[in-house]
Parts: sequence; C-alpha cells; structure tokens
Amino acid sequence: MSAPPRSSFIELSARERAAALLDAGSCRELLGPFARLKSPWLPLQGIVAQADDGVVLSRGCIGGESAVVAAIEGAYQGGSIGEVSGSKIAAALELALRDCERGRPVRPVLVLETGGVRLQEANLGLAAIAEIHAAIVALRRHVPVVGVVAGLVGCFGGMALAAALCSRLIVTRQARLGMNGPEVIEQEAGIAELDAMDGADVWGLMGGEQRYATGLADVLVEDDVEVIAAQVRDACSAAALPRTERVDEFRRRLAGIDPQRPPSPAALRALWARERQP
Amino acid sequence: MSAATGGSEPRLSGRGLCWFQALTGQPGLLACGPRTVRVADAPLGGETARFIAVVADAANRFPRARGGEVGLDEAWTLAHEVRRAIAEDRQRRPRPLIAVVDVTSQAYGRSEELLAIHLAGAAAADAYASARLEGHPVIALLVGNAMSGAFLTHGYQANRILALDSPEVLIHAMSKESAARVTRRTVEALEELGERITPMAYDVRSFARLGLLHRLIEGVNADAPGTADVERVRNELSAAVADARATPHDLSSRLTSQGAAAVRAASLEVRRRLAEEWDAAG
Repeated sequence: MSAPPRSSFIELSARERAAALLDAGSCRELLGPFARLKSPWLPLQGIVAQADDGVVLSRGCIGGESAVVAAIEGAYQGGSIGEVSGSKIAAALELALRDCERGRPVRPVLVLETGGVRLQEANLGLAAIAEIHAAIVALRRHVPVVGVVAGLVGCFGGMALAAALCSRLIVTRQARLGMNGPEVIEQEAGIAELDAMDGADVWGLMGGEQRYATGLADVLVEDDVEVIAAQVRDACSAAALPRTERVDEFRRRLAGIDPQRPPSPAALRALWARERQP
Repeated sequence: MSAATGGSEPRLSGRGLCWFQALTGQPGLLACGPRTVRVADAPLGGETARFIAVVADAANRFPRARGGEVGLDEAWTLAHEVRRAIAEDRQRRPRPLIAVVDVTSQAYGRSEELLAIHLAGAAAADAYASARLEGHPVIALLVGNAMSGAFLTHGYQANRILALDSPEVLIHAMSKESAARVTRRTVEALEELGERITPMAYDVRSFARLGLLHRLIEGVNADAPGTADVERVRNELSAAVADARATPHDLSSRLTSQGAAAVRAASLEVRRRLAEEWDAAG
C-alpha cells in the first residue's frame, strides 16, 4: 500500500483550510460571503471591502465532536483584523463559550494568518482583539483552544498574543510568530537591530522551528493537510497548564538573561530547551 | 508634528507615575522586580485596591523599555503581581485592581522578539482577564498613552475603562509617527483622517464615541492634579468598581453602551447574525 500523496496546507485558502480541519462532510460555513458582512470603514478610505472581511467561520465536527474553526485569510489585507473580521472571531468564541457553559462543548480552532490590527480600522481592530483575548481566556477553562500558524503571512501584533493564549499551538517551519513584525522592528529600532529582508535571521528569531525548539509552540508539523488535521484532532484533548499561566517559570528564565549580551537564537535553544515530553 | 509628542523622539511622560503616586501616596517599588512596574495596595472607597502602573526608567536593564514601553520584564511582572492578588484573595472578597495606564508602546527589539514578548504580553492580558473572571473589579484609568500591544497587555482586559479628558490621552493601534511611516502618510494627513473616521482617531474624545469608555472624566488637571482632582478620580474609580461588581465579569458592557449602538453597529450585527446561524448549524 502506498502512502497518499502529500498536499500543502499553506497553499489552501482560509475557506479550504477550515474545511480541511473539520471531519469530511461536516463543514458548514457561517456568515459566509453571501451574508455580505463587510468592513464599513474600508470603503470610506477608497479600499474595496471583501464580502467575508477575510475571516471564514465554519462549524462541523472534529473527531466526531462539535467544533468551530475560525480561519483568517492572509491574502486579504494581510489577514489584518478589522471590526468585522475581529468580531467574527470574537463572536464565534463567545458562542462556543456559551455552549460550553450550557454543557454542550464546542472545540474551537483558530487558524492564524495575520499581521495584526488593520490600521485603517485601528481602534476597533484593537478592541476586537481585546475581546478575542478575553474569550480565549474564558473558553480555555472549559475546552482546549487550539491555534494553528501555518504561514506564509505568520502571526503578529495583538493576534500573536492570541496565539500565545491558546491551549495548544501548532506551527510549521514556514510560520513566524512575534509581537512586532520584522518590518516594524526595522523601522522603529533601525536596520542595525533587524534587517527585515534577511529571511534567515528573521526565521531564526521567530520562525516556527525556533519557537518549537524553545518551548514556545507545542507541535512542529510538516506542511501537510492530513498531518495538520491529525494534530488538531489530537490537540483538542490536550490538558497541560497553559504557557501564559506558567509565570514563575518564565520569570526565572528571563532573569537568567543578560540584556547587554543577549543569547543567539541557537544559544536560546540550549537555555530554554523543551522539557521532556511526559 | 503633534503637540502631544513634540518632536521626533516621543516625550517621556511622567503621568503614569504622577497619578499612581497621587492615588496611592506610595512610590510602589517592588522588592523584587523592575523599577518600571509600580504596585501598591491603597484605600479606595472603604476597601483596599491594588494599583498598578508601568512607568519609564532611563536605567532599565532592557534598553528598549526605558521610555514607558511595556517590555518583557514589565509584562511578566504585571502577570505576577495580578496573579498574586488573585491568590491572596481566594478566601475573601476579590479586591479591585486599578491599572493606571500611560504606556507608549510595546518594546520593539530583537531581544524582545527572541525572548517572546508576545507570550509575556499574553501572560499579562491573561492575568488581568483571569482576575476579572474571578470577580476582581478590574478598572483601567487612562491618564496618558494607551498604545497598541502595550494597552492590550495593561488595561484592555478591564471590566471598565475610564479616562481623563485631556489632549495628551491618546489611544491607538500604533503611534502616530509609526502609523504615518507604515501607511506612507504625513502625521497631518493621519489626523485629518481621524476626524472623518472615528476609529482612526487618537484622541480620547473620539475613543469615547466608540462606546468602549465607561467614563470620560472632565475638568481634571491631568499633569499636576490637586487634592480635589485626585478625590474626583477616586470617586469615579469607586463608582466604576461598584458598577463592575453588579454586572457580568465579561467585556459585554462595551457592546451595550450607547456609543457602541451608534458606531460599533457592525460588531453588534456580526454577533446577532452569527447567533442565528450558529443555532441552525448546531
């Protein structure tokens, strides 16, 4: 018997990604393009608004259990979070929370592909991201919240905080995860601090493999639809203490760092090596 | 260049520390922690509240967090201090947590990214959100800048957001100078855009129109508060604490406000229509 051919998850659209993570035949999109929930703010600035505002919500099952996937379309406005796209994610998580509180668990999955806040909607994007954070923290008490950062946009800004809040974070080697995108750092701190065009350096700092090797992501996967879907299925039963609650441990780690002589990414892998898996 | 920043280098605001000290009467230095995070338990409306501020320190060990930015040490210390309050209050009425907010931005730097400032920021946001869920009234008091990732880390998980009505109280996803560079616009053009498009504006009065603000506190001397000013703000904080205790521990008040009905209509419509489709899809 030969292995089935691999197919890329990264190359899929957000809509295809959401469907690929749900059990075959179970996917049903909510607030799809025909709902025509568009950004009210982009047209005021001469930008054509897309009918789903760049976020796809799909309900269905994962491993036979009720689930919802929120997938950000990185190809639209850099996956940026505006009022509508951010509210779609927040509202899906809030409804999942409501159902969990009523004893009907819903497994939430976030497919994160975003540069962060959409600057054209600034404060309403930021407000929606705060609501997403609030919903993840509340929901995580009931059910694991799974995050996937596949690439190629990566996951930045306030949504990198959302990724960090997830109970379990799945990344590929192509993924990047950081609060400040490389272009922003170069601009704010200078090219001597970081050359955003130096891909090897950028991925060395914030690439998926580095994040996994330093314990900042839980699973490192190949860019393969079946592999990622299987990891999402398994991740939904994970129950480790969330990283954001391991405050003393990370404070100890940070106290051991000398900011005048910061470690190289390779040195950090030794300092913050993954703990042995239980 | 705007009056608020007054030059190519952002002005070092002392407002966070000023208001922290005015409200607590203490310097708030931690025995074990950076000088940039100030924490003090002080009386508020007949009980004890924990006040928390992030302030500038020109000698901070991380050079990119010396001007009032929220950096790695700051965010992890916020998480620690908020969680300490949760742990201490397990067997009694959860005390109010007052985040005094004057934060210019998150720290931008190579070390910050390598050492996962996104996780540090998330840990602080988590701590504030968890405190809120445990019944601590969490109140943010905006006295200066409330910028971007720094605001998400320190203040945006509050049950109630209050702000001083002052031209130097600025709220945004990115500092004016950075946003101008990223969007290739002049600062003046950005300001003009903010006048037409409310969520693009920086000033606190525009922010108030978004329905995210519980109270805009007018007529207070924000730079040099007198006794009466401090008393006014203290009373507003107490009232917000009582209001937070009487309502759900989530952020729903931001969506039920009058401002939200007018300006965040899309946020409300998304929720209404998703709830309809959700149940049909269940």
